[in-house]
Order: sequence, then C-alpha cells, then structure tokens
Amino acid sequence: MGDNPSRSVNATAGDLGVTNNGHAQGAGSGMSPSSFEPPLGGGGALPKKTRFSMETGFRGLSTAAGSMVLVIIVAIAVFLVSKAVPALQDNTANFLTEKTWFPNDTEPVFGIAALAFGTLLSSVIALIIAVPIALAIALFLSHYAPKRLATPLGFVIDLLAAVPSVVFGLWGRDVLQQPVREFSVWLNHYFGWLPIFGGEGPFGQSIMLGGLVLAIMVLPIVTSLSREVFQQTPGMNEEAALALGATRWEMIRTAVVPYGKPGVIAAVMLGLGRALGETIALALTLGITFNISFNLIQNGGNSIAANIANTFGEANSTGRGALIASGLVLFAITLVVNMTARAIIYRRREFRDSAA
Amino acid sequence: MSLLEREAAGVAMTPDNIRTKQLPLVVNLGVALAAIVLSAVIVLGTGVGNWVLVAVVAVVFYLVGLYFAASRVEGRRAAKNRTMQSLIYTACILAILPLASVVWTLVSKGVERLDGTFFGSSMNNISARDPGGGAYHAIVGTLEQVGIAALIAVPLGVLGAIYLVEYGRGRFAGTVRFFVDVMTGIPSIVAGLFILSFWVLIVSPWFNDGNPRFSGFAASLALTVLMLPTIVRSTEEMLRLVPGPLREGSYALGVPQWKTILKVVLPTALPGIVTGVMLAIARAAGETAPVLLVAGGAAAINFDPFAGNQQSLALFVYQQAGDASRYAPARAWTAALTLVALVLVLTIAAKLLARRNKLSR
Amino acid sequence: MAKRIEASNVSSYYGSFKAIDSVSMAVEPKTITALIGPSGCGKSTFLRSINRMHEVLPNARIEGRLTIDDQNIYDPDVDVTAVRRMIGMVFQRPNPFPTMSIYENAVAGLKLNGVKKKAVLDEAAEKSLRSANLWDEVKDRLDRPGAGLSGGQQQRLCIARTIAVEPQVVLMDEPCSALDPISTLAIEDLMFKLKDRFTIIIVTHNMQQAARVSDKTGFFSIDKTGDPGRLIEYDDTQKIFSNPTQKKTEDYITGRFG
Repeated sequence: MGDNPSRSVNATAGDLGVTNNGHAQGAGSGMSPSSFEPPLGGGGALPKKTRFSMETGFRGLSTAAGSMVLVIIVAIAVFLVSKAVPALQDNTANFLTEKTWFPNDTEPVFGIAALAFGTLLSSVIALIIAVPIALAIALFLSHYAPKRLATPLGFVIDLLAAVPSVVFGLWGRDVLQQPVREFSVWLNHYFGWLPIFGGEGPFGQSIMLGGLVLAIMVLPIVTSLSREVFQQTPGMNEEAALALGATRWEMIRTAVVPYGKPGVIAAVMLGLGRALGETIALALTLGITFNISFNLIQNGGNSIAANIANTFGEANSTGRGALIASGLVLFAITLVVNMTARAIIYRRREFRDSAA
Repeated sequence: MSLLEREAAGVAMTPDNIRTKQLPLVVNLGVALAAIVLSAVIVLGTGVGNWVLVAVVAVVFYLVGLYFAASRVEGRRAAKNRTMQSLIYTACILAILPLASVVWTLVSKGVERLDGTFFGSSMNNISARDPGGGAYHAIVGTLEQVGIAALIAVPLGVLGAIYLVEYGRGRFAGTVRFFVDVMTGIPSIVAGLFILSFWVLIVSPWFNDGNPRFSGFAASLALTVLMLPTIVRSTEEMLRLVPGPLREGSYALGVPQWKTILKVVLPTALPGIVTGVMLAIARAAGETAPVLLVAGGAAAINFDPFAGNQQSLALFVYQQAGDASRYAPARAWTAALTLVALVLVLTIAAKLLARRNKLSR
Repeated sequence: MAKRIEASNVSSYYGSFKAIDSVSMAVEPKTITALIGPSGCGKSTFLRSINRMHEVLPNARIEGRLTIDDQNIYDPDVDVTAVRRMIGMVFQRPNPFPTMSIYENAVAGLKLNGVKKKAVLDEAAEKSLRSANLWDEVKDRLDRPGAGLSGGQQQRLCIARTIAVEPQVVLMDEPCSALDPISTLAIEDLMFKLKDRFTIIIVTHNMQQAARVSDKTGFFSIDKTGDPGRLIEYDDTQKIFSNPTQKKTEDYITGRFG
C-alpha cells in the first residue's frame, strides 16, 4: 500500500482543504445540539460550521502555552537587564575586569573577572575528570555489558542524576574534603614545583574539591546522552566492521566513535552547561576567594553561581543588582553553550533522518 | 596464499587456524597479583604514599602488564582490545565508588536525628546550643512550593507539548521546540534571579504596601520555570508515540480535533506523561538556589505560601550545613536523607511506572 | 438512510505530488462499490478524499467536486466533522481505542460527540455490536479493554464503532488485509448485512473479495511510479470481471499485470 501513508502524527484535522476555498483555519466546530437527534450521522443538509469554536479556542490555548517558553526566555533577559543596569551604573570599577566584589559599600566596587574565571576553571576541571569516565561507562552500557547488568547500571546512573546538588555539596564538604586535603598535601609535597600544585596551604576547600564534586554531578548527563548516541550506531556499520575481522575495540574505533562524535560533543557541552550553572555544591565546597589563580589545591576558588548563593543574604539593593548582573553573564554564557549543543544535536538529527 | 596472509604477519587463513590462543585466566590473575605486590613494594617501600596510591599504581601496572602478556599470547590487536575493555570496566567501578560513599554517608549520618522531633518540630527558638529542632517547617514548605509549581507547570507543559505535536507547523514550532531544549539547560540560580527581579522586586510590592516580599509562591514560580521545559519535552515524546491511526479513527467518527486530543490521545499517553511529570517534580524538589533567592528560608512554620519567608528541605540542608552549631551537621544530614528519600521514591516510582507501561504494550 | 456519492474530476495532491487525477464516479445508495487496482494507484487516497480524511495529512489537498446527495462536502463553510459523521470509515488495521473498554469503544463516536444519556448509549452499543455480528462474542465482557480482542473481532468492533454513529456511507480501506481468512469471511458476511442500511465503498487488494461482495467495481491504475492514479474503468462488478471494456482492466484481473 504505497498510496495511503497511514502515519499522520502531525495531523491537523481539516484545515488544509480544497484549493478553491480561501480559509485555512479551523476544523469543525463542536456540533450543534440539534444535529444528533436522530441520527447522529445526519440525514439532512450538511451543517455549516460556526465561526468561533472550541477547536479555535483550544488551538489558541495550546499555541499560547507553547509560546510561553519563548516569552519566559525573553522575560528572563529583560528583567535581569532591568535590575542589573542601575547597579552597573553605580559601580565605580570596570565590571568586566574588576576582581573584587564589594557592591554593598557606599562606593560599590565589583567585577565579574575572578568569578567568571573560577566558573570556567571549575567546570573545565570537572569535564576533564568526568568526560573520559562518562564515555567509558556509556560504551560499557551500550557495547560491553550484558543486558542484565546494563539495565540496573543505567538505572543507577539515572539515580545519580536525581540526587539533589545540595546533597553532593554536603557530601563533598563533610566526606570528600578530608581525602582531597591529604591528596593535596601529598601532591604539594612531591609536585609542588608545578604551579597548579604549589602554595603554602591550607589545602582542601579548593578548586580540586569543587571540580571533583562537579564531575560527579556532570557524569550522569554526559553518560546517558552518549549512551543514547552510541546505541544509535547503525547495526550495519558495526556488523560490517566485525565481519572484516575487527576486534570489539577496533569495531568501536571504526564504527561507533566516528558515528557518535557530534552527539558526544553535544553531550559534553550540555554537561558543561550544567557545570557552569551549578550553585549549591560549589558554594559548599569552594574556599571562596576573589582572585585569579590556577592553583588547584589551595583553599580558594569561586564561581558566579556560588557567589550569588553566598553573598545574597547580606546584599543591599545595589548588591542584589550586582548579583543579578553576574547572573545575567551566567545566563548569557549558558545560553550560548546550550544553544550550540542543541544546534549540533538538531543538525545531526536532520542528517540522520534524511539518511534514513 | 591470500593477500592477507602474504602482507599481514600473523594472519593465517587455513581452516585449522581459526582457533586463536586465549590468555589463560591464571595468567590474568597472576598479572593482577604481581601488579599489586610490585606496587605495594614500590609505594610503601619508598614511603611516598598510602594504600590508595598502592591501588592506583597497581591498576596502572595491571593494565600495562596485561597488555604485554596478552600481546605475547594473543597478538597486539587482541591485547589492545583486552586492555581497553579493562579500562572501561575500571571506569565503571570508579563511578560507582562516589555513589556508594554518598549513600553510605547519607544513611550512617542521617539516622542520627531520624526521630519524632525532627519531623514534628521546626527550628523556631532553637539556638545554637540547643540539640533539638527539626525540619517540619521545611517539609511543609517543600510540599507546598513543589505542589503549586506542579499545578502551574503541568497544564502549561502538557498544553505546550500538545501544541508542538498536534498543531505546531513550520518555523515557529521549530523555534519553540529548539528553545524548550535550550531552556532545560538554564541554571536554577538564573531562574531564581529571574523570579527575584520579576516577582519579588517588581510584582510583590503591589500586594504588600510597596515593600518587596519573599514568599513560597515566588519559589513555586521559579520551580515552574525549571519544570516547564522538562514536562514539555517528556510529554511531547509520549504524544508522538501515540499511533496516528488512533487519531484518524477518532476523526473518522466525526470527532473534532481538540476532543480527539483530550479524549483519545491524552488518555493513551497518560502513563508516560505521569512518569515525566514525576521526574520533573523530583528534580524541582531538590532545588536549593531558587528557593534561597526568593523564599528566603525561615526558622518557623509558615503555612501560607503567599506571604512571608518559607523554608524548603533543600534550603534547610544548605543552611544547616553552614550553621556553626555543633548540632547542625546532624540535622543537615537527616534532612538530606529525607530529601533524597523523597526524590528517589518519586524517581523510582516514575521509572517503574514507565517500565510497566512499556511491558503492557 | 443511505446517500448517493458523486465525484466529478477529483484530483488529490500530497504537496506538489498528484496522487490521483480527475476521477469521476457516482455511487448509488445501498450498494457496495469495490475499488481495486495495484499498489500506489491512488484508490485509498480517493477513498480518504470522500470523507475528508485526506486533508489530515500535512500539505494534502484536493481539486474537483465531491457531493453527497448534491451537497458539495468541500464547500468552504461545511463543517468537516459533520462530513465525517455522515461518512464513516473503517481502516486497514483495526484501531480500537486502547484506553477504552469494548462498550466504550462501540459508543465512542456517540460519547465523543456529546451523547450522554446512559439508556441511549446502552441501546446503541447493543444495536451496533449486534449489527457488527459481535454481540454474542462480547456481551459478557463489555467492560474489558477493546485491545484484548482478536484481530477479526477488533475490526468488527471498529465497524460497530463506525455504524453506531449511524452514518449514511461507510468507507472501508482494505478492512480485511490484516485478517485471517475466517475473520475475512465474517466481515464479508457483515458487509452484505449492512448493505440494506448503508452505502458502502471498499478498497481491496483481493479481487475475489471484490467479485464476491460488490455490486459495482472501479479499477484504478497508474502508468508508472510518480504518475497520478486514474480511474480506468467503472462498471457493474459482473461486467468488470467477465467482460471488461478496457485492455488494462482485463490484464489486471486476469493476473497479467499488477
């Protein structure tokens, strides 16, 4: 049966009618009450459709709900800007280059430089730790594990994603901090000549601790998305590689990895988006300093989001405006990262659909 | 002689050569044991580290040793295959470790205050020296905030998904779909700042003699912003799974499209939609930052979500974690345990529902 | 309660692709008309044009004139849901609503169109299930899900659902192609019985079926893939199968083509 496409997922009942009619709107109205007495199937003339109907109303309502998403995103930008601008005008320092954060003083001085740097550094470290492990787990789940093991392990990874960030923060501060401190002392002892492991201490509440906690939180996102991508590798390609005598790893190298590459990049970027915006876990684990330093193990580090959570309580009007301004920067960064990631996914999906 | 046999060393294509030598398990275990011993001798002997370093170095030694042993017996390609496999298994174990530690700590530290006082009283009049106090007010706050957020986000999200699946066409629908995806990545703190600048600072003064006011409802709005895209996405996926012929069957009975959607399509997709909603609620219940920014937190019970500061469980954990009282950490961990229990019960129930639903089809 | 359907110069499109070209035929009340032809010849598209199900698909449209008792169903001010209530349709694969019981499926058309009285619904359920030769098989389990029935029973449930609305015309789009021979026979019996009350148009791949059940037969064909389907010949079934006018028809029914 080639002549009857039976799929009509995007069906619209009755608005794409005959060419000779001018209207493009509105499937039928609800019926007029008189027309189903008897019989419902109608004996007489065809009823005319009404101008306004439930159909138009419902369509309008759902369209409005769909548009809400765009409205909200625009509203976020508008309201953040409206509250950030007055504070930025009061700022006596350059917002982009200033490192300190004293917005509550009578002569407010604050800038995003140290915070933005800390945000990026902690996120990058989190990704460096999380991505290889996440990809390994994704490959394990999609190509190594027997189904009996893959299902529960996938479930556990999903549960990892469900644990609230405040719990990871608490765990990082109360449990992970001690081993990280010992490890930092050890690193400092043997590798102190490297700037990233240098310093006099104290150690522990460092970028390394924050990065590790972030890594655990980013792991499930990157894993589940990459796993999905790997599973979509066409079976044909995999079998072709195996039929040529490739070992399982060679098959993954030649068939799975190239196919999944764009998807993995997108997954990593989504993970980056999550890491950039993470608030509470970093507020609990970082040492909160306002300087730019690559040192990973000394107490210190900060991020835009963590700074908002930490200093919001004491902020006055200008202080709030300053925090909103920093939030605006965060919003802009995550928006760009997320849009890039989604654009990659969308392009890939189109490519896949057109190839199918 | 085939081309492969001539050009590639070690490839023989005769029938009696299809068996390859396998690395015996004994050798494998031997390599592992040797790696541990060697690592222990080096690390502990020189005194550069403790048993953790021994384990790390042992794993490295094992992987290297395995590669060489396997390449002697099975050939280089097979050895690489084997090593990569071991690496992947190692990574999995590495990822399970923190989760196990989190679970263990949650339970062992959380049970300390798992008592009636904790669930029956607030932090009102509890000073830093008082051992009691509880999270009753926080639990009330979480339930109210998440409940109201769900009341707003679920209809909005389901309708938005209906738009995307049933009505949306062309460029505008594509844009909406794209930004729904983008919106799932908006940091929760940004959502909190948005509601702070929009609701708390601009709208709430109208209801409160010109003074901005924190409220649980503001937290609900922030959580709505976070839940909305998740609900739209999951509902959209579920609606797309409803077969087209079902819709056509309904249209052919003369049922208008809106009624077909409400009475035929939605009921068919309902279990899946419920799963998505439960996951979104679970995620929202664990959010701290937005509540901190717009509900402010409180020590006393406040049942009214529309006026005055309100606490939430996640925020309670955060505030107790930052509290100097020596009784605070125990409260923080018990609250964390409660929160995780709440979130996990929702998540697991949602996943089980989804699985049962899949099986019954 | 059965009406005359007349198509004059009906062409259907999917976007820019023309699926059928200028089909004209008249279907008399209380007859069974079979539409036959090779795959992709547009017979299903034509069938779906008759109750405006064609336009459910994106970018689908038609040209020409389709009337039911001389009223153009494609007039701009016509209520499309009324057209579909008047001209019911049974699909290739049985598609009972999975969330509804057998009873609810049978009266789904009535309920969804606003009939609420329990007594009316009960009566309509029994009547339509009896008409569909299904009543005796399901009367003890009306509250069980419709999806639990066998394929043949599901298809009869769908027929019951369609005739419960008491349409004028019933369209059937290969109603037996997903069924075994015994269920097929049951549906064919049912068609004879329904002929007294409805105008029936059936698309079928099965020429024996067309010969068995129909009064008139229309033969559709295409020259090659990508060309629109055309109505080659439309006449009494007897004549089509014994002495067709067109060479193409003869080739097809004798198995030399298609």
